[in-house]
Amino acid sequence: MREIRYREALREAMLEEMEREDAVFLMGEEVGHYQGAYKVSEGLLARFGEQRVIDTPIAEAGFAGIGIGAAMTGLRPIIEFMTWNFSFVAFDQIISNAAKAYQMTGGKIPVPMVFRGPNGAAKQVASQHSHSVDPFYASIPGLYVVMPSTPRDAKGLLKAAIRCDDPVIFLEGETLYNVKGEVPDEGEDEVIPLGKGRIAREGDGCTIVAFGAPYYVAMQAAEKLAEEGIECEIVDPRTIRPLDSDMIVESVRKTHRCVVVHEHWPYGGPGAEIVDRIQREAFDHLDAPILRVGSRDVPMPYATNLEALVLPTVERVIDAVRKVTYTEQD
Amino acid sequence: MASGRDELLAHYRKMYEIRRFEEEAARAYAQSKVGGFLHLYIGQEAIAVGTSAALGEDDYVFQTYRDHGIALARGMSPNAAMAELFGKDAGCSRGLGGSMHFFDVERNFLGGWGIVGGHLAVAAGAAFKSKYVGEDRVTVCFFGEGATNIGGFHEAMSLAGLWKLPIVFICENNQYAMGTPMKRTTPLEDLTLKAQGYGMVGDRFEGYDVKIVQDRVKTAVSRARKGEGPTFIEVETYRFRGHSMSDPAKYRSRSELEERKKKDPVVITRTQLSEAGVKDEALDALEETVDAEIEQAVQFANDAEPALEETMWNTVYKTLEVER
Repeated sequence: MREIRYREALREAMLEEMEREDAVFLMGEEVGHYQGAYKVSEGLLARFGEQRVIDTPIAEAGFAGIGIGAAMTGLRPIIEFMTWNFSFVAFDQIISNAAKAYQMTGGKIPVPMVFRGPNGAAKQVASQHSHSVDPFYASIPGLYVVMPSTPRDAKGLLKAAIRCDDPVIFLEGETLYNVKGEVPDEGEDEVIPLGKGRIAREGDGCTIVAFGAPYYVAMQAAEKLAEEGIECEIVDPRTIRPLDSDMIVESVRKTHRCVVVHEHWPYGGPGAEIVDRIQREAFDHLDAPILRVGSRDVPMPYATNLEALVLPTVERVIDAVRKVTYTEQD
Repeated sequence: MASGRDELLAHYRKMYEIRRFEEEAARAYAQSKVGGFLHLYIGQEAIAVGTSAALGEDDYVFQTYRDHGIALARGMSPNAAMAELFGKDAGCSRGLGGSMHFFDVERNFLGGWGIVGGHLAVAAGAAFKSKYVGEDRVTVCFFGEGATNIGGFHEAMSLAGLWKLPIVFICENNQYAMGTPMKRTTPLEDLTLKAQGYGMVGDRFEGYDVKIVQDRVKTAVSRARKGEGPTFIEVETYRFRGHSMSDPAKYRSRSELEERKKKDPVVITRTQLSEAGVKDEALDALEETVDAEIEQAVQFANDAEPALEETMWNTVYKTLEVER
């Protein structure tokens, strides 16, 4: 094991998979000569050339569609959105075409491709650049939705996504690119299966389900709560669709309590889906209502003081855990 | 000369097949045996047949939801096509697609797409793949003049022009975007002017004579195959029916329709054959054969097994069982 950054882990995954198979290529805005808006694709142009690391004009619907057509005819495209906020102009391509082609062809034409890029809020980029898009895509049958929180998961899951024969929505944390973490040594071909969660921390006091950037908020909250004697179990589902319900439900059956932490807005989304699965499959095991900590129900404001009010915080997670464990302090 | 006549006869047979297929599809729709949207191609047959004749078997073809004509032209059996309309397992998309989503993978007919302008970039993607792997396949992508106003058109044209993809864009200008005539949707009369903005060759002609369509498309296909980039073709045509079965087409006059019907491509081709010496009896016999085939296709579709629930569950993901 060695420590590398999240962005390096993603780059390694792409590099290794492009070396493995000629059909894999990377396409998007500034992925080549600029080396990636977030430097995720740094060095790939030099390694693979312009045929396989392809800069595009600003035309998300166009190059998303080109990726779909290429996937339908045998290639394995990686389509990078500079941020997922820009995927909205390609929404029709993803929803109407990528997610439908396999079904519309009666199961004859699969669409093996990855759409990837940074998701969620960064710092003070305001309402149009701060979307957590997971609820939009997770509601669509035909798509996988992956949200790695650690460098190791980022690499192993991206490799799995590139090898997947269905379209994968790969949501990287915009604030996670510099996060360092342990990743298997070079040459160790670790492929983490899509749809399998990870127990990030064991405990029996309360289950916290957390994915994407708020995973780190949940981990910090758990450390603080441990000082008070509340040992939280943290489940990172890693893939949002399909969801590892079994792992989540099993944990709740053990702890009898659950807080779900997510970055998306409170109305629906994966957070609500997780709550629904738990109430269906572990109703009799619950000792308290399940609570959710997500972004506040407002477009993201620019001012730092307001932005801090919107996103999930350690304090809000701690507060929620205290509520479900009936340990609220006056 | 005889071979030219034989080819024209084959074109006529296919055009007549498409015409009869759709007339019977409309009848089945009226009987509620076919549901959803049904967009007929009647009046535009020369474009599908002429284009198909200009292509090789390996070439890819993409079409909008008005897709029966080109599917049959590429060789899809009337049985598979009609069974799809009837929502049967024997349909070309196993009853999951319906009229708008015909696909025939074996014949490289890649749909059958329902969102205006949405499939142009996908078609460009197929062409991109051909360039990427270095094969000499060409992709043809059809769409209506209504699509030339939507963003999907412009982004696909932009990228195809930029990368000189081996693709031919064929705009079937049937004069109406649903019920809106072109003069109310674009300031241009000549849509190929748009091609210039993407550094693309444009061509423009009438689509009533199947041989003219075949020759002009062939030139564009050959250009694409040689790596000289895409072509934007505007073909003037006219649909004799409404936008879909639910459209009585009240936005146009009866006299306009009657005038246009004088350029019925099926009639034009039959007349050409007569003039070339093909006897009426021979043409009548051919038509009877096709009539019987279509009648048989309706019977086949009617009697075929319904679409399977298993197919519905198994075609969401290739790699995943969905929760039932």
